[in-house]
Amino acid sequence: MKFIVCVKQVPDTSGKVAVKADGTMDRASMATITNPDDLNAVEAALALKDANPEAKVVLVSMGPPPAAGMLRELLAMGCDEAVLVSGREFGGSDTFATSQILAAAIAHLGLEDDDIIFCGRQAIDGDTAQVGPQIAEKLNIPQVSYAADLTLRGNTLTVKRMLEDGYMTIQTHTPCLVTCIKELNTPRYMTVRGILECDQKPYTVYDYETLKDEPLIEPDTIGLKGSPTNVYKSFSPPVKGAGVMLEGCGKETVEQLFAALAEKHII
Amino acid sequence: MSTFVNTDPNAFRGVWVFCEQREGELNPTDFELLSEGRKLADDLGVELCGLLLGDDVEGLAKELGGYGADRVYVCQDPRLAHYTTDAYTKVICDVVMDKKPEIVLIGATNIGRDLGPRCAARLHTGLTADCTHLDVDVAKYKEFLKSTSTLDVDGMKFDENDRGLKMTRPAFGGHLMATIICPRFRPQMSTVRPGVMKCAPFDQARADACVVELCPVSLDVSDLRTRVLEVVKEAKTAVDLIGAEVVVSVGHGISKDVKRGLELAQALADTLHGVVGASRAAVDAGWLSADHQVGQTGKTVRPRIYIALGISGAIQHKAGMQDSECIIAVNSNPDAPIFEAADYGIVGDLFQVAPLMVECARGN
Ligand SMILES: Cc1cc2nc3c(=O)[nH]c(=O)nc-3n(C[C@H](O)[C@H](O)[C@H](O)COP(=O)(O)OP(=O)(O)OC[C@H]3O[C@@H](n4cnc5c(N)ncnc54)[C@H](O)[C@@H]3O)c2cc1C
Repeated sequence: MKFIVCVKQVPDTSGKVAVKADGTMDRASMATITNPDDLNAVEAALALKDANPEAKVVLVSMGPPPAAGMLRELLAMGCDEAVLVSGREFGGSDTFATSQILAAAIAHLGLEDDDIIFCGRQAIDGDTAQVGPQIAEKLNIPQVSYAADLTLRGNTLTVKRMLEDGYMTIQTHTPCLVTCIKELNTPRYMTVRGILECDQKPYTVYDYETLKDEPLIEPDTIGLKGSPTNVYKSFSPPVKGAGVMLEGCGKETVEQLFAALAEKHII
Repeated sequence: MSTFVNTDPNAFRGVWVFCEQREGELNPTDFELLSEGRKLADDLGVELCGLLLGDDVEGLAKELGGYGADRVYVCQDPRLAHYTTDAYTKVICDVVMDKKPEIVLIGATNIGRDLGPRCAARLHTGLTADCTHLDVDVAKYKEFLKSTSTLDVDGMKFDENDRGLKMTRPAFGGHLMATIICPRFRPQMSTVRPGVMKCAPFDQARADACVVELCPVSLDVSDLRTRVLEVVKEAKTAVDLIGAEVVVSVGHGISKDVKRGLELAQALADTLHGVVGASRAAVDAGWLSADHQVGQTGKTVRPRIYIALGISGAIQHKAGMQDSECIIAVNSNPDAPIFEAADYGIVGDLFQVAPLMVECARGN
């Protein structure tokens, strides 16, 4: 029994973001964090492991070598193993190609009947929420997204799946994939013991050589060449024409505001 | 599936909108997407089709015509009554492979964001999430770039015959805009967030003229690996932020007297016939429920008037409200970034300014 968690290291977009002259993101100059929803996915897996101590929690991340630091922290939270999928051939992947590679890595690990894959709902850099469902499709297993609660009995998983106006209770069976939202749980902290032990835990890098015989890996399904979508143009968001800063903050100012709104037929 | 070849763009024609219904009720986003799809179909000179799935939903189809659909494909079956990833993906991919549309638009609802990626992966095509602007016509795309970017559009080379879909979306939490294309595979798919596209008025003549076509549904037990045990509508009256004409949002700036801050926002919203929204800081603090949140991880709104009380204007917040027609910001910090997005800014204490606004609004 394995709980596989897909995690991503992302630029911390809550701070200032550096944009290069050509309109692309200057990732090197930005701080990185573990994608917030992915921490909920890690916690979901660790909580199930608490109840099923024989299970293993295996992290899978695709990204450049610095993602090792994030994986180490997650091992220190209590995960058992980590796999970093990294290689030049994988660069430039869109969500289709990324999910193809992650699915291949999971197939390489070996997906068994009682395994569950956890992903965060979406990553804060791309915000697409596409990689989880696409991994499920490529592994031909069921998915449940937007999980806010879950229980596992035998190989039956029951999930509270959030909708905008309520929720659905969905039942499925393992192996399956679940995408997690922050309402699901509160991620635990690293422990001192975890920090001391994390360097002894199995840590593997999968590169193109490792995965090239996986049926999902073909030159035209991975990397830039295997990505159906391409960036055509990118640019800084429009800056709105300067608005009017009103003088003062008293009654006259507010009256002036409402007069302007009335004049422009806004109210 | 093996016989489905999708690398010849010329074999694909037509613009489709996946029309979501829940318990027999169409989603307002369907109308927004059809209105946008209508423009694309007109630019391409092709049909606009709605794709409607459910149990006994044929009766809803004509209404979709009123928002622009020339034709609505209806797939009905008791097993489609509730949304399930497996059944909906199978049925949609079957119809798409059969009819070969060039564009498929899906609302970025919690259901659309589950369904879209699964379908795109099965069809082996691209999907662009949360698009805020769509173009097929090159001249129109150039106009769009000129009006929203500082790019030297006239100095750039464009293929004037390109009829591919140019899908523009915010990236990196709104720090960048990117136009994405899907040149080699069809259909070109994108999701669009609720409230982003403008809804055209309902047209009865179009509704009457709309062709409703039933499509066969073929589902097998092995296609259905999830079971819906129950669907629960939360009893709380969800705020209708997306459709609101006026939104009065509060942020962390109300912290020194939360109760009074909320009262003021509600009073101002009531007077202007609007609703109350919130920044994430206000939601995280537990002052308002999550369905009030505006922004990247909340809702996208474009009301006639957006009033921000005590909101700093983080990029993630602006991502959800910057297209509002008129933005009014009240903040005690003259350097708050919200003022960069505001049409009218007042530097001051919201606890003093908001009551005056209520008073003025009542007088109007
Ligand atoms: C991945 C990600 C997604 C996010 N998604 C969203 C989102 O969807 N929506 C969202 O809103 N945020 C989102 N955020 C959070 C966002 O970055 C900000 O932290 C948040 O918007 C700040 O809320 P605020 O403006 O209310 O609070 P603050 O930034 O604390 O600002 C409070 C403001 O109130 C002013 N103020 C204080 N007292 C008064 C007073 N008496 N009168 C007038 N003004 C006063 C202050 O000057 C200040 O500008 C996201 C962040 C991340 C990292």
